[in-house]
Amino acid sequence: MTLLKELWRSLIDALEGLGAVARFFVELVMDTPKALLRFDLIARQVFNSGALSLVIIMLSGLFVGMVLGLQGYQLLRRFGSEEALGEAAAIGLLRELSPVITALLFAGRAGTALASELGLMRATDQLSAMEMMAVDPVQRVVVPRFLGGVIAMPLLSAIFSLIGLYGAQLVGVQLMGVDSGSFWSQMQASVELRDINEGLTKASIFGVACSLIAVHQGYHAEPTAEGVGLATTRTVVTSAVVVLFLDYLLTSWFL
Amino acid sequence: MNSTAPIVEIRNLRYAVRGRAIFDGLDVDIVPGKITAIMGPSGTGKTTLLRLITGQAVAASGTVIVAGEDVGHLRGEALYRLRRRMGMLFQNGALLTDLSVFENVAFPLREHTNLPERLIRQLVLIKLQAVGLRGAAGLMPAELSGGMARRVALARAIVMDPDILIYDEPFVGLDPISLGVILRLIRRLNDALGLTSIVVSHDVHEITTVADSVYLLSSGKVAARGAPQDLEANPSEIVRQFIGGLADGPVPFHFPAPDYFDELLSRSAPR
Repeated sequence: MTLLKELWRSLIDALEGLGAVARFFVELVMDTPKALLRFDLIARQVFNSGALSLVIIMLSGLFVGMVLGLQGYQLLRRFGSEEALGEAAAIGLLRELSPVITALLFAGRAGTALASELGLMRATDQLSAMEMMAVDPVQRVVVPRFLGGVIAMPLLSAIFSLIGLYGAQLVGVQLMGVDSGSFWSQMQASVELRDINEGLTKASIFGVACSLIAVHQGYHAEPTAEGVGLATTRTVVTSAVVVLFLDYLLTSWFL
Repeated sequence: MNSTAPIVEIRNLRYAVRGRAIFDGLDVDIVPGKITAIMGPSGTGKTTLLRLITGQAVAASGTVIVAGEDVGHLRGEALYRLRRRMGMLFQNGALLTDLSVFENVAFPLREHTNLPERLIRQLVLIKLQAVGLRGAAGLMPAELSGGMARRVALARAIVMDPDILIYDEPFVGLDPISLGVILRLIRRLNDALGLTSIVVSHDVHEITTVADSVYLLSSGKVAARGAPQDLEANPSEIVRQFIGGLADGPVPFHFPAPDYFDELLSRSAPR
């Protein structure tokens, strides 16, 4: 009986949390037109979330591409179709690996930075100080950070794909000796615009989800050291689960 | 408005947090042009009172009238319009950590006005000069000492030329020199700019040297009010305990607990 009650309560809590996030999302969207007027603030956040994540995204992209080249080569060789490696790597990266891994890395690098920054601003009264200066902190601080993440995510994912393909080529062509001409021409022949659309759509939606989770957790963090730490942890965990769940939904929708 | 009418008028204020009453029938008048101190033991809701005056919190019942407007009923743009007439100094300064000292002071100007850059620069330098930190304009908040950060926050609070300046615990954690500087600034700014100052503090000695009148709050009500000298002559027990810094009195030394002897002999863990 008590178990049922507790389950019921945690279900209600989860729904309440979801409702709070949804309301916050609506608030952000309503404030977006005004925030767009001050593009300098957004540009700075694109830099913070995007440019500062570049190194980790590029390194990861390179290794993921190289592993893909190695595994793909071993698998395709069994069927004597190593030339299809370019095609396999491109489809895998564009449609699936780039958006998902970029989103997970984004949550770990930019999401935690956003959450802890906002949480600390709350804990050190910076948000209250803005309210007292008659400046709406959601509009001045939260929306630019949210939009910065939303803009940066698809760009990072595109860069991830690019570097990943280079990595696959490095291992497949340079190391394993797949013919360079067939590697690229097979890729060119089989990749369609819809593959790229799928990847970019996923990246954009993951960008909205990860940025929303990060700013929501940070803005509503308990104003203590413990609260900020918790908000940061929750950002990563929630983002990861939500991204993988959304990825399944989107993949089945695109097929 | 005639000059003796209170600029902040609090009537029969009730406010509770999670069922615990913080204020229960509080009446406070703040006279324009003067420095009014709000004192009281920790946990009497001094900071909460500031939040009620600035509309960051809303009372359960009673009214808070600031400059003729009922704060409890203001929302959105109207509340922001009133807040533009108030400056507030937070306990730790609350400077925006990603902006330089100059940009912190310029922040309200940039958000609320379209002044040309040259004028903004002059206004900011004037305010920084007033708090003695014009030379620190290029520093970041992390490079400032606690006292300096508070002075920068003070410059930021006065940059929009407010009518009311509110200080939340401005003396906490300052060395004697910084403390003297802040005390002098409170007096000087109040008189030079024609402000009304509200200072929340529990530093009896410091505050009585600068305040024109004092409110002492205890258990949700005004325990004593008047000029600082009157307070020292006040016979009430709570005032004596507070001013004299006595460990025990109406505010007990012991947090409410079960009987000492019983608890030592019982085996259950503390609740």
